Amino acid sequence: MSIAPLLQERATFMRAIRTFFAEREVMEVETPLLSTTANSDPHVDPFSTTTQGRDAEGPEKLYLHTSPEFFMKRLLAEGSGPIFQLGPVFRAGEIGPIHNPEFTMLEWYRPDFSMEQLMDEVEDLVTNFVDLPSIERLTIAEAFEQVGVENLYDTSAQQLQAIAVEMGLPSADELDLDWDSWVDYFIVLAIQPRFAHAALFLTHYPASQAALARISPDNPNVAERFELVLNGIEIANGFHELTDATEQRKRFQKELDQRAEEGLEALPMDEHLLAALEKGLPDCSGVAIGVDRLMMLSMGKEQLSEVMPFPIQSV
Amino acid sequence: MAIVSTSEFRNGLKVMIDGDPCTIVDNEMVKPGKGQAFNRVKLKALLTGRTLERTFKSGESLERADVHEEEYQYSYSEGDLYYFMHPESFEQIGADEAAMSEAKQWLKGQEMCLVTLWNGNPISVTAPNFVELEITETDPGLRGDTSGGGGKPATLETGAVVRVPLFVSENEMIRVDTRTGEYASRVKD
Repeated sequence: MSIAPLLQERATFMRAIRTFFAEREVMEVETPLLSTTANSDPHVDPFSTTTQGRDAEGPEKLYLHTSPEFFMKRLLAEGSGPIFQLGPVFRAGEIGPIHNPEFTMLEWYRPDFSMEQLMDEVEDLVTNFVDLPSIERLTIAEAFEQVGVENLYDTSAQQLQAIAVEMGLPSADELDLDWDSWVDYFIVLAIQPRFAHAALFLTHYPASQAALARISPDNPNVAERFELVLNGIEIANGFHELTDATEQRKRFQKELDQRAEEGLEALPMDEHLLAALEKGLPDCSGVAIGVDRLMMLSMGKEQLSEVMPFPIQSV
Repeated sequence: MAIVSTSEFRNGLKVMIDGDPCTIVDNEMVKPGKGQAFNRVKLKALLTGRTLERTFKSGESLERADVHEEEYQYSYSEGDLYYFMHPESFEQIGADEAAMSEAKQWLKGQEMCLVTLWNGNPISVTAPNFVELEITETDPGLRGDTSGGGGKPATLETGAVVRVPLFVSENEMIRVDTRTGEYASRVKD
């Protein structure tokens, strides 16, 4: 089969995305793929390389970004206004039917947007590409209720395990997981399959899984973080962004401690980002969309390799 | 003892689960948007043939099972054991009933079989895809039972029973597909 229709489809997709943002006066930006720092999330593994000749003595380590978030926030703190970026991101080891170590990410930031306003905009964008009646919005706690876990925040790791065993989920009796990993386990083994044919926003993730979202002012158990899940597949992840530098430093430190505990590479903390937060990140919401996955659903395909001209198997 | 991490999981990889050798038949990495990734794995237990489903935290490791396949020639059976000989080293091994459950009905001697060995011991034997065996008993002529798609049952020299066309008669040699247990053709001398 000719590669031309796929290339055409991708080109049309990219053009439609750029038009969407041009009409809304969100400016396209480009930030470096290489950085001396990396996202410290212990579940994300960055690629790295080295170079001579910056200002340090000897070769220095540089990381390929796993998302353009930190650089884009530095732009926001410098007064960029609303911005978007469309380009490749890199995550080592993520290979599977819907994972590729290099993929195209669309990320954008909206000063003065609430999480709900940004979800509205995500819905506007996505419905340009995928035929959806409407996207349901469920909090994580509500989604857990639908698979049989009442009062998630009063349920211990042990109780989550007992429920998983009762539901007959695979290896539930053998796994040794902490509370957050049990939550992840339920999301991938119970919630995603339960909504395998649905379009929904999962919102208000546990505060312990806030990542870079702010904690809800109304409920200290949850963060203002959302994901868009279509047919059981995560398409987008967004935050009402954390702007507090002190809190951000604490979260980075916690991730670095966890990396150390798990024997993972120690990563340098992004002091540039922390300085930008200290200087003042405007109140804003931001979101990242996996463009290849969206394209996959839009074209009715089931594997990323069907929508990439060069999936990892052929590079 | 060799260890494999979830990132090295591949279909066909042999690993130990609860002390039993298993082969991976399906492996999928599943991951929430952020957070802990898991590998959902389907395995076939090599001793029982049962299918298992397991979930591992990505990054966990399993012990590799020392399992490999090799061609041996079937020699004879004695007591509960079926003896095979390696065509080059002439080493002899004995397979028990459990390992022979599928293959034994097709073997009379001298066939080359694929033997799966775990820690050097045979755990399953696969008969050749086609074997040629003599019919020792079947209804004569054309007046066999026609209700079962036009064929009739025939007992072979090894004791196996297969359905054969009505025109095939006793003492004839036939060719059988051991993967389906079905008659393939007559063998002409």
